[in-house]
Amino acid sequence: MKTKELLLDPVLKNNPIALQVLGICSALAVTSQLKQVVIMGAAVSLVTGISSLMVSVLRNSIPNSIRIIVQMTIAASAVIIADQLLKAYVYDVSKQMSVYIGLIITNCIVMGRMEGFAMKNTPAASFLDGIGNGLGYSVILIAVGIVRELFGSGKLFGFSILPLTTEGGWYQSNGLLLLPPSAFFIIGCLIWIIRIIKPEQVEND
Amino acid sequence: MSESAGRTLTVATVLCGVCSVLVAGAVVILKPKQDINREIDFKKNILMSAGLLKETTDVNKAFEQVDSVVVDLETGEIVSDIDPATFNQDKADKDPNYIQTIEKQSDIAGIKRRAKYQKVYLVKKDGAIDQIVLHIYGKGLWSTMKGFLSLDKDAVTVRGFNFYSHAETPGLGGEIDNPKWLAQWPGKKVFDENMNPAVDVVKGSVDTNSANAEYKIDGLSGATLTSVGVENTFRFWMSNVGYGKFLANLRNEVVNED
Repeated sequence: MKTKELLLDPVLKNNPIALQVLGICSALAVTSQLKQVVIMGAAVSLVTGISSLMVSVLRNSIPNSIRIIVQMTIAASAVIIADQLLKAYVYDVSKQMSVYIGLIITNCIVMGRMEGFAMKNTPAASFLDGIGNGLGYSVILIAVGIVRELFGSGKLFGFSILPLTTEGGWYQSNGLLLLPPSAFFIIGCLIWIIRIIKPEQVEND
Repeated sequence: MSESAGRTLTVATVLCGVCSVLVAGAVVILKPKQDINREIDFKKNILMSAGLLKETTDVNKAFEQVDSVVVDLETGEIVSDIDPATFNQDKADKDPNYIQTIEKQSDIAGIKRRAKYQKVYLVKKDGAIDQIVLHIYGKGLWSTMKGFLSLDKDAVTVRGFNFYSHAETPGLGGEIDNPKWLAQWPGKKVFDENMNPAVDVVKGSVDTNSANAEYKIDGLSGATLTSVGVENTFRFWMSNVGYGKFLANLRNEVVNED
């Protein structure tokens, strides 16, 4: 497969959230502010890319009977290191995201790509596939984040766009969008839109 | 792919070894940087409540005018045999030697127990105490709200106040972070003429002409329980189970010096 396909296919054609419906939990938790979304997207992309790379390098020496646990160990180490790096370099954001960085380990996208792709492909391809799936995840999260931050708190990246009534402006914020369940509605709408554009993604009954 | 038990064990052992070294290495190497971040974050919260934090403020430099003391809440005296620099409030809050259970009728803030020693920060100006920064916390609707309250040197008037940690409903109780709401605190009084805790978070907005407006704070609409929690947190920490005795001592000192 070509580099471009590996990187860009997961964005629209085979999106981990919109088509495979994986990694939804963190999409609910961190999308109320775009700044968090960008950091989360970057962290997931890097963790998926690096874990896939490691698993692919080791794929011929991993005994089949313990392969899942080996993958878990590699992903968990990558997640802890990512968490420590964030705490050291972007402390404010990592404080807001608290446990959700650590919970990347439970993100099915990471395990899915290691078991589904990296075990059968070369290290370079696996790395790109991991980054690509991270990008696909980030794109959906950013879309959700834009809607939630703009209409929930009238801001984008913390800058005021719609002045709120509570601060003397005209915009009455939508409280639902500040709560995690609102991401369900937005993701649902996004999946709907993507399947109108790409009807082949619609599942048969 | 070999499946023998020996090989499986070898792969598992080597992998665990390598991963532990990587993880432990990252933690050890990055720890000093993280500790500095944590300390700066803590100082920032104190400075913010004292109104000394601006965009360009150098946190460590601004903090040089802040002294800390350890206060015994039972007597209201400053504890002289504990060095405030080494006193760790988080540890003290869990240390059975310091923890005291709060009797039910006084426990309006819903925190059940508190350490009898509390670290208090004194902001100095030209060598004299200018502001007293107190750590306060109490139950809101969902969470324990933790914050710093800065009082003027008269130990009655609020200079500033903010919460640094809470998990109240975003957009409703979460509005306790709203700068507009926080801006009405400075100038309010936490004690009445008889020196009883007097903060009152009212429903709706405060009529500035009404009697006792100086004790009253606008309630947050749609967040009655959070508002009540804020009121009770204040009343608890200003009572004699909280900082009441310490603040009374401070007031008496000021009077005696005059």
